[in-house]
Amino acid sequence: MSRAHAEIPGTVIFDSVQAMKGYALNKMCYSFNAECNRQAFLDNEEAYCTQYGLNAQQREAIRNRNVLQLIAAGGNAYYLAKFAGIFGLDMQDIGAQQTGLSKEEFKTKLLAANMQR
Amino acid sequence: MAEIVGGITTSHVPAIGGALANGLQGEPYWKPFFDGFIPVRKWLSEVRPSVAVVFYNDHGLNFFLDKMPTFAVGAAPEYRNSDEGWGIPTLAPLGGHQALSWHVIESLVNEEFDPVTCQEMLIDHAVSLPVALLWPDQVCPVKVIPVCINTVQAPLPSAKRCFKLGQAVARAVQSWKGDEKVVMIGTGGLSHQLDGERAGFINRPFDLEFMRSLIENPAWATKYSTYELVEKAGTQGIELLMWLATRAALPGRVRQLHTNYHIPISNTAAGLMLMDNQG
Repeated sequence: MSRAHAEIPGTVIFDSVQAMKGYALNKMCYSFNAECNRQAFLDNEEAYCTQYGLNAQQREAIRNRNVLQLIAAGGNAYYLAKFAGIFGLDMQDIGAQQTGLSKEEFKTKLLAANMQR
Repeated sequence: MAEIVGGITTSHVPAIGGALANGLQGEPYWKPFFDGFIPVRKWLSEVRPSVAVVFYNDHGLNFFLDKMPTFAVGAAPEYRNSDEGWGIPTLAPLGGHQALSWHVIESLVNEEFDPVTCQEMLIDHAVSLPVALLWPDQVCPVKVIPVCINTVQAPLPSAKRCFKLGQAVARAVQSWKGDEKVVMIGTGGLSHQLDGERAGFINRPFDLEFMRSLIENPAWATKYSTYELVEKAGTQGIELLMWLATRAALPGRVRQLHTNYHIPISNTAAGLMLMDNQG
């Protein structure tokens, strides 16, 4: 399916292609709104992924706790944030992981935006 | 006749909920952000609006991808906050104004907008946190009408369409026969991107130009496509659509009464504007 928009470097637009690809993954992450579901995932991760019908790529990305892989597998940032929350990761942890920086380096990068003119 | 008294636009970030729950408002990291709200609270205590129309985007609390409305309007007696996945303490439910909600819906549909209507609607941090920031010491004194705009799944409504939505909401409110004083609130943005190798993207010059445009040339941002806005403001910076709808919902003479801009709160450039609406 062709895309309706140009590419933005380092960015995956969550469009129809991603929405279809990531449906099962995002549905699982949406379930993590509920504490009992977060616990069920922690109790038996593989069974929980099976319950939601994740494909091999999505399972691998979940196992690796790897955000870029999760996005490549169709994950949407708003739902993935709920997955990250299970492990107590905040947005700087997530940002650091995706940009290959340490958390401190990532925070420094954010602060540096104050120098933009 | 109902009166539109002004507009407030602010960023929303889940971490603000954590800061509130832990009483961190005075910490050096948070103080420049929280202090920005002091003049806005003063204005609210003087103007005393009775209703708030809140333009916001849901983050996967009320809506999932199984049914994703482009626009949705709340028509519930009460709106509850709920766990969004992080176990942050939930905030108090907010009262709705069902009669005015339905009037807005009737008016919008009459103007060829086709919103989803919600008699049950969970509100996430995009509604509950701004309310907690604006009225921190009291039970929320306004009834709310949530207006949700999709920023989750492309295609998103264009900036131009969101601007027209705001204008239509203003006409709806102005045609209401009650004596409500209505404040327009828009929550989201400003520039930030949580996902991808471009995570941490912030665009200060664009944000400042956008804030200025709301006073000097309100429809300025409508010249951009949503993809161009993502390029300029980040994948979640597109939430500035809420600011645009809010500004468009102020039909009178608009003055900027207060502004604040602080980088960063979490990964976000946090903006705040207070505008009054006269005549």
